[in-house]
Amino acid sequence: MSDDRDPTTSSQETETRKDVSDDHLPGERRSGELAVLDDPFADPGLPPHEHRRQDIDERAAKRSERTVALLFTVSMLATIGFIVAYVAIPIDRIVYIWPIGHISGLNFALGTTLGTALFCIGAGAIHWARTLMSDEERSEERHAVAATPEVKAHVLEEFRKGAEESGIGRRKLVRNTMLGAVALVPLSGVVLLRDLGPLPEDKLRKTAWREGSVIVNENTGEPLRPEDIVVGSLTQAMPDDLDHHDHDFHAQIAKAAVMLVRLEPEDIKDPRSAEWGHEGILCFSKICTHIGCPATLYEQQTHHALCPCHQSTFDLSDGARVLFGPAGHPLPQLRITVNDDGYLAALGDFEEPPGPSFWERG
Amino acid sequence: MSTATEPRKSTARGKAPAGEKVADWADGRLGIYSLAKANMRKIFPDHWSFLLGEICLFSFIIVMLTGVYLTLFFVPSMGHVEYTGSFEPMQGVMMSEAYASTLDISFDVRGGLLVRQIHHWAALLFVVGIFMHMMRVFFTGAFRKPREINWLFGFLLLVLALFTGLTGYSLPDDLLSGVGIRFMEGAILAVPVVGTYIQMFLFGGEFPGYDIIPRFFVVHVLLLPGIMLGLVVAHLILIVYHKHTHYAGPGRTNDNVVGMPLLPVYMAKAGGFFFLVFGVITLIAATVTINPVWVLGPYRPDQISTNAQPDWYLGFSEGLVRMMPGWEWVIPGGYTLNFGLLVPLIVFPGLLTAIALYPFFESWVTKDPREHHIAERPRNNPTRTGFGMAWLTAFGVCMLAGGNDLWAIHFHLSINAITWFCRIGFFVLPVVAFFVTRRICLGLQRRDAEKVLHGRESGIIKRLPHGEFVEVHEPLSQEQLYTLTAHEQQKPLELGPDTDKNGVRRPVNPLERVRARFSKAYFGEQAQITKPTREEYKEITEGHGDHH
Repeated sequence: MSDDRDPTTSSQETETRKDVSDDHLPGERRSGELAVLDDPFADPGLPPHEHRRQDIDERAAKRSERTVALLFTVSMLATIGFIVAYVAIPIDRIVYIWPIGHISGLNFALGTTLGTALFCIGAGAIHWARTLMSDEERSEERHAVAATPEVKAHVLEEFRKGAEESGIGRRKLVRNTMLGAVALVPLSGVVLLRDLGPLPEDKLRKTAWREGSVIVNENTGEPLRPEDIVVGSLTQAMPDDLDHHDHDFHAQIAKAAVMLVRLEPEDIKDPRSAEWGHEGILCFSKICTHIGCPATLYEQQTHHALCPCHQSTFDLSDGARVLFGPAGHPLPQLRITVNDDGYLAALGDFEEPPGPSFWERG
Repeated sequence: MSTATEPRKSTARGKAPAGEKVADWADGRLGIYSLAKANMRKIFPDHWSFLLGEICLFSFIIVMLTGVYLTLFFVPSMGHVEYTGSFEPMQGVMMSEAYASTLDISFDVRGGLLVRQIHHWAALLFVVGIFMHMMRVFFTGAFRKPREINWLFGFLLLVLALFTGLTGYSLPDDLLSGVGIRFMEGAILAVPVVGTYIQMFLFGGEFPGYDIIPRFFVVHVLLLPGIMLGLVVAHLILIVYHKHTHYAGPGRTNDNVVGMPLLPVYMAKAGGFFFLVFGVITLIAATVTINPVWVLGPYRPDQISTNAQPDWYLGFSEGLVRMMPGWEWVIPGGYTLNFGLLVPLIVFPGLLTAIALYPFFESWVTKDPREHHIAERPRNNPTRTGFGMAWLTAFGVCMLAGGNDLWAIHFHLSINAITWFCRIGFFVLPVVAFFVTRRICLGLQRRDAEKVLHGRESGIIKRLPHGEFVEVHEPLSQEQLYTLTAHEQQKPLELGPDTDKNGVRRPVNPLERVRARFSKAYFGEQAQITKPTREEYKEITEGHGDHH
């Protein structure tokens, strides 16, 4: 230690080990200063209260009182109107209200009456507060949130005593086993969550398509012949053994839904895609590979399929390659053929899982 | 026997009004008189921007009230039924009980449609209110010590409101909300390693299964609102405890709070405002249809309608997803990393966390241990205001991208061009916004200084004897002078000399260097205009007379 150092500063420095001083902070605020003649920027203090009309003119105050009472009365009438509307107006009555158009009469009547009833209570209360209650501003002191050093010292001392009396520092075995027990017990809760659902296994890879599944129109349920699929059209389809009334229909259709398009064979750029089709009829999964919306907005001229959710665009003439948007890989294609009855049928399941990608997809 | 209560018993008992007797009874058990002594005449400052938080509180109450009513009729089940209600276009259609009961609420329960619409409108307003309220708090620096924790409570309320909105929006199981759930499923599947497991556990099997709506229901009506209610109460308690901030003005200092007492003025105004908000939302619900699920039909995973849009507050997450290019990697071992969804999944909470942690960043930069109760004007902290605007710009670009199909359709633009604009704009525009905002703030500071020194432009043109025209400037009143000069201006942190007085190199923590750099960005010459001093003012006013 060098002798020439000022003892107070050195102790402060060692205490807080500051690299930076407090000089950057502005000095004490000029709070509550009275207006000083030679200080033009001093706080002049709260301006004197100015009376409102209602404070000095009893007639104006009476007028305000009547306005408030009128608002509350309108509210009461509106509530009665609400009850009358509820009883009197049939729920299926459609009325024409200019400029909204044809809307449910009951909804309109109930809403406007209830809205008026509520609004008038609010308007009345606020008008009362603004015109008749005292508008004299008051000042209230603030107090520092942090405790005084004495309080802090007292609390720390009490805490130390309490901790000492518990023996938590001394009896380490008790402390450690308690921590262990408390840390372990939530595991039971985690284990209980196991039966929330099954394990994924290969559920996302398998769909309802099997070799020989007949492709049926999704709306009519009729099997499709090659001549039903014309160039420029898009047909939404599904395997014939899915039934709308099946318990797992939604889960199955979420993976198995397909769309059929027919292209002029010379328009198909991807030879493998052409080979997997039948006479230019191509069958793609219609579940977007981004997050799983049906990507069925079809542009005939360019053979693009667009997903309406996030605008991923697939080129159906080129193996459903992604042209634009957030999708990461092409729509899977289903290999199709014509069965002995002349209907379009699948040659097996998709080669890769349809729908959004997932970690194990590969 | 207690002697202290003896005289009161004999004299006041018989005559005390009934209300006082009830209050005495409650006081003996709850101590309400002491509570009232501290709070009944508590002062609340008045400013229009302080109403934004009230709008949040009131719309939250409205959502709770209407939500309880809706649970009386809603059936949270994905079991399939054939619709037999009174809405003819859907008769005979297979749908989930959730969707069928939503149709019943809309068409067969009198007033059900109104309550449903109030519920949805109030929920939208709730989130709008939270955003506006947070902007007010952010731009005025009202999050500074001692209010950082209350800022976090508010932030958590925002996040929970987003998820409560998402789950509520999904419940009717209509074609649009089903797509929303599908979106969520896709996002969960994109999570590396555990994505498929979380998906199976959440949905109780493959999408969509039968469990997701009952599970969302309990999350929507019990779990999240319960937590939110607790946070709202904590938020309010802290507001009362800290006392409200107020803007600087004559008599309004850091050590006091100026306004009207809770009883009666604030009670009447705030209570009345609740009814105003409720009334306006009800009138909107009476006249403007929201989420007409009946035109969409029940959800089926293989069907879709165009214009699929989430509620506004999730538009920015939707935009993040739409902007992101479809990058997908298959890493060695045959595992897929779907960046198209992973990146938005990280940026979405990242954007939110940035605002949550900002107060702590600023207090680290300023190294300011004092309490702040004066709300700053945004112009007087240009760097903070710049950050806020940059964040809002990024948010805005995301919202824009979230509706890229709508912009394309309504303005006949190329959707690819819009998406590319947003991709680039997401990075560029916030930077532009930051610097533009800072410049505007500095300009406003200059104007304030000008006003203080030279007075207000009066609009009166005076012709001097030699023919020159000048505009007369009116000097400001002392109130105005004080208000315009009351803000404090911090100086940038100084690191001090590199060597101590003995010439030995003083080690400086590298973190301190970073802090000093930020401090310069906040309070350096480029970041604030030094406010006029008394000396400058006196020199000008005494030197020039009325000429200026």
